[in-house]
Amino acid sequence: MEDTVLNPTSSPQSNNRRAVRFDDSQIIIGLEVHVQLDTDSKLFCGCSTRFGEAANSQTCVVCTGMPGALPVINERALELSIRAGLSLNCQIARSTKWDRKNYFYPDLPKGYQISQFDQPICGPGHLDIETSEATDQARRIRIERAHLEEDAGKSIHDESGRRQDSKIDLNRTGTPLLEIVTQPDIRTAAEAKAFLSELKLILNYIDVSDCNMQQGNLRCDANVNLHIPFGDEQIATPIVEIKNLNSFRAVERSITHEAQRQFEAWQENGLTIADAPKQTRGWNDHTQTTTLQREKEDSADYRYFPDPDLIAVKIEDSQIQQIESQLEQLPADLRKLLAEQYNLKSADASVIVSQGRGVVDYFLEVADGCEDSKIANNWIGQEVLRQLNESNQTIEQYPVSPQQFTDLLKLVIAGTLDQTRGKEVLNAMVADCISPEEAIKQLGIKPVDNNELVSLCEKLIDENQDVVEQIQSGNGKAIGMLIGKARKMNPNANPGLVKAMLAKMIST
Amino acid sequence: MTLSALNADVIVDQLNAGEVTATDCVQHFLDRIQVHNAELNAFIRVSESALEQAEAIDQRRKAGESLGCLAGLPIAIKDGICVSGQPTTAGSKMLENFSPPYDATIVERLKSADAIIIGKTNMDEFAMGSSTENSFFGPTNNPWATNRVPGGSSGGSAACVAARLAPVAIGSDTGGSIRQPASFCGITGLKPSYGRVSRYGLIAFASSLDQIGPMTRTAKESALLMSVIAGFDPRDSTSSKEQVSDFLTSLETPLAGLRIGVCRDHLNEGLDVEVKTKINDAISVFKQLGANIEEIELPQTKSAIAAYYIIAPCEASSNLARYDGVRYTFRAQANDLEEMYRNTRGQGFGDEVKQRIMLGTYALSSGYYEAYYLKASKVRRMIKQDYDEAFKKVDLILGPTTPTPAFKLGQHTQDPLAMYLADIYTVSANLAGIPAISVPVEPSSTGLPIGLQLQGRAFEENTLLRAAHQFQNETLWHMASPSEPWRTQS
Repeated sequence: MEDTVLNPTSSPQSNNRRAVRFDDSQIIIGLEVHVQLDTDSKLFCGCSTRFGEAANSQTCVVCTGMPGALPVINERALELSIRAGLSLNCQIARSTKWDRKNYFYPDLPKGYQISQFDQPICGPGHLDIETSEATDQARRIRIERAHLEEDAGKSIHDESGRRQDSKIDLNRTGTPLLEIVTQPDIRTAAEAKAFLSELKLILNYIDVSDCNMQQGNLRCDANVNLHIPFGDEQIATPIVEIKNLNSFRAVERSITHEAQRQFEAWQENGLTIADAPKQTRGWNDHTQTTTLQREKEDSADYRYFPDPDLIAVKIEDSQIQQIESQLEQLPADLRKLLAEQYNLKSADASVIVSQGRGVVDYFLEVADGCEDSKIANNWIGQEVLRQLNESNQTIEQYPVSPQQFTDLLKLVIAGTLDQTRGKEVLNAMVADCISPEEAIKQLGIKPVDNNELVSLCEKLIDENQDVVEQIQSGNGKAIGMLIGKARKMNPNANPGLVKAMLAKMIST
Repeated sequence: MTLSALNADVIVDQLNAGEVTATDCVQHFLDRIQVHNAELNAFIRVSESALEQAEAIDQRRKAGESLGCLAGLPIAIKDGICVSGQPTTAGSKMLENFSPPYDATIVERLKSADAIIIGKTNMDEFAMGSSTENSFFGPTNNPWATNRVPGGSSGGSAACVAARLAPVAIGSDTGGSIRQPASFCGITGLKPSYGRVSRYGLIAFASSLDQIGPMTRTAKESALLMSVIAGFDPRDSTSSKEQVSDFLTSLETPLAGLRIGVCRDHLNEGLDVEVKTKINDAISVFKQLGANIEEIELPQTKSAIAAYYIIAPCEASSNLARYDGVRYTFRAQANDLEEMYRNTRGQGFGDEVKQRIMLGTYALSSGYYEAYYLKASKVRRMIKQDYDEAFKKVDLILGPTTPTPAFKLGQHTQDPLAMYLADIYTVSANLAGIPAISVPVEPSSTGLPIGLQLQGRAFEENTLLRAAHQFQNETLWHMASPSEPWRTQS
């Protein structure tokens, strides 16, 4: 049941359509993001939300839908939702309620999902995203709403084709999800990815969700269509909801693919939004294509109605204010702080901030301590992040404390350690969990006095007359060879001092 | 006097005084069930462990341990209420083999008061019905006339108390399911305010209307049970934190000056002439007790049945979705998932349940929701406003519990509307969330019980119980028992 052909492909209209270029069309994208809230227990019962436990071990009479069992709201989930809403500039509802979304599925034990239909906990808001485009201007993506709901369980089907029994694991049933719905404000696949990255970063910062996509803690559906200029008109193609997007890359690629597909389909059949119902298509990672799942017309009537087992939730201003007052700085605030107060380039600030709050705090402490934010950024943005990446550690596990790191950078800034020696010291500090002083001692680093330096330089000049001549004939860069040799002769010789002294001696 | 003739409070006194052992007491009622249940079908199942529990209580009493306030008292529980490890069927084939792994909150409370659950009583399937004829386990017969229905849906609980197969019982009431069978069987039945008693463990019919309550011979016994089962439960979000009053101590407070409202509309159209006469006689008793009788109006209650038969099926259609054959229920043979759903629900549910699921599904469907569910919810609010207005003028509202005494088995089974009208006076209290009690008045000339309903302000069960108790101090209708062997009546 692929798209029906209304117009013959050889009609004059179709020839006109073939004249339109894909690049002239505009992609319109809206996202629906499901985020698992980082609560210890489920949304309506006390069961643990831990991932990866034995099947059906994290269940009780409530989340398995036993007759007579009743739901009780997890206050923590409300708090985290409010926190997320505030961070996305959403209006927080003062009164919200629970609705039942009725449908049959074996991993939905009650035959309905408890969700929020017409009074979501978070109303309209927005999120500004940085795009990689040259303009460097933030794009504002409006949030339509964010509502709380319980997750379903997991069906495990036998895929051997031998008609084995399907299995159901209800451990995930009832874990709290916040569904965040954007307005169709996103215009490129890259923006969609940028939106998700920023959303994930924010939710990490405010401890609302770890957004671990492998564990399904962040799931995304994308609504996509095209606006195509056609003669004097602007044609909108039928809207497609793409499901099963379980990585940022899948989001980006599926949108790119789907836009192209819709364009070609329109060239072929000329169908517009007015001619065809909303479709659901699934993203296939293997084939890198979307395939038709169902037309929205066939979709169930969910028969939403207020859940009579739960009372409406009243949210007091004081509660919102309290949550707001505990809210820490968001990534955008910190980027601004690093750029404006610490004079980092915006790209550098983004790198630090994207590592999470821990790295930002580490940077701030070191930058304040050594009073040189550029050096702090160079060392943390490169050395520390590389080491963390290699050892697969978090900043909290990093063996060098911000104070020790500050002490190290002070020595570098003072010239006591050059860059290279400094990195050797850092490596020793990381390897043996020792202070800079201990590392310096271990590496046998000691200052070289002026007399030693003079005799070192004299020896270099004597032994390398050819290089000296090169320098004298105007090849200034050749001095680097001498500095390299100096390091071999005495690793403690400061390259800067060696260079200055050599230059002086050669020119005179 | 034999144990079965005694009231629960007297039995508890005798147990406490050591005049009778819990074992003897339980054995006495088990013997009566053994003799009479075949004819009445009041119990779906008798508890196998009841005697064992009774022995344990006797042991503990002997050892001088302190015991709960109902220690050794046998109690029957409607089969729609979960008792851990005992089959709990809600009168349905769907749950024929379902044993809940947990106790309902009220069962937990009764157990910790050391009451002994003697068995599970028959009911209309999923509490949907007014005659107990919709049970998968067959109908229950009214002990006053075995060719008549005991009312429903808590017909088994009502019949077992009337026939003295248990001293007291627990029922549940969604649109009259405690009060209507209490009225038909000549006993006292209280539907508490919505939220007064935890619903945790009550197999849901219509969650916003369901309420568990006592079914007893006397108002005093109801007060005794309420003192155990009422109160806030953190596991039920809709249970109330409203202070629970001492139901027993206020029973004797005189009724002088109590304002009782009578709605004339409820005493005219469609009401059986004998019922009307007996209710008017009862009004005279309340006057003698010092109450002031005042006329009130409840204009919206005429729409109550219509609103109820939208709201209850809507909620039921969703509440019963969980019985899908996937987990603990009956499962029909099938070749694929959809067929499994169809066959399981087609074969597992009875006709009345299927009818209500279809009604509710239809009324909640997109395009109909506003016209049905939302409109019914609006009517519901107006009914509540009627009561709010009335309770500014009066403390209680008095009227008949049902328009007629018990009807015959099969009389209304082909006419759902006539069956639904049996609830005409009772559903309003559920829609408004207020408490209501049914107490026996003088029976009909043919000896069929007639019930008087008192409705009160939300969370004022004590006023209802007090008025009912003092009425029972003046009358003896509630003490009448059907004569054995049970008779039929044309």
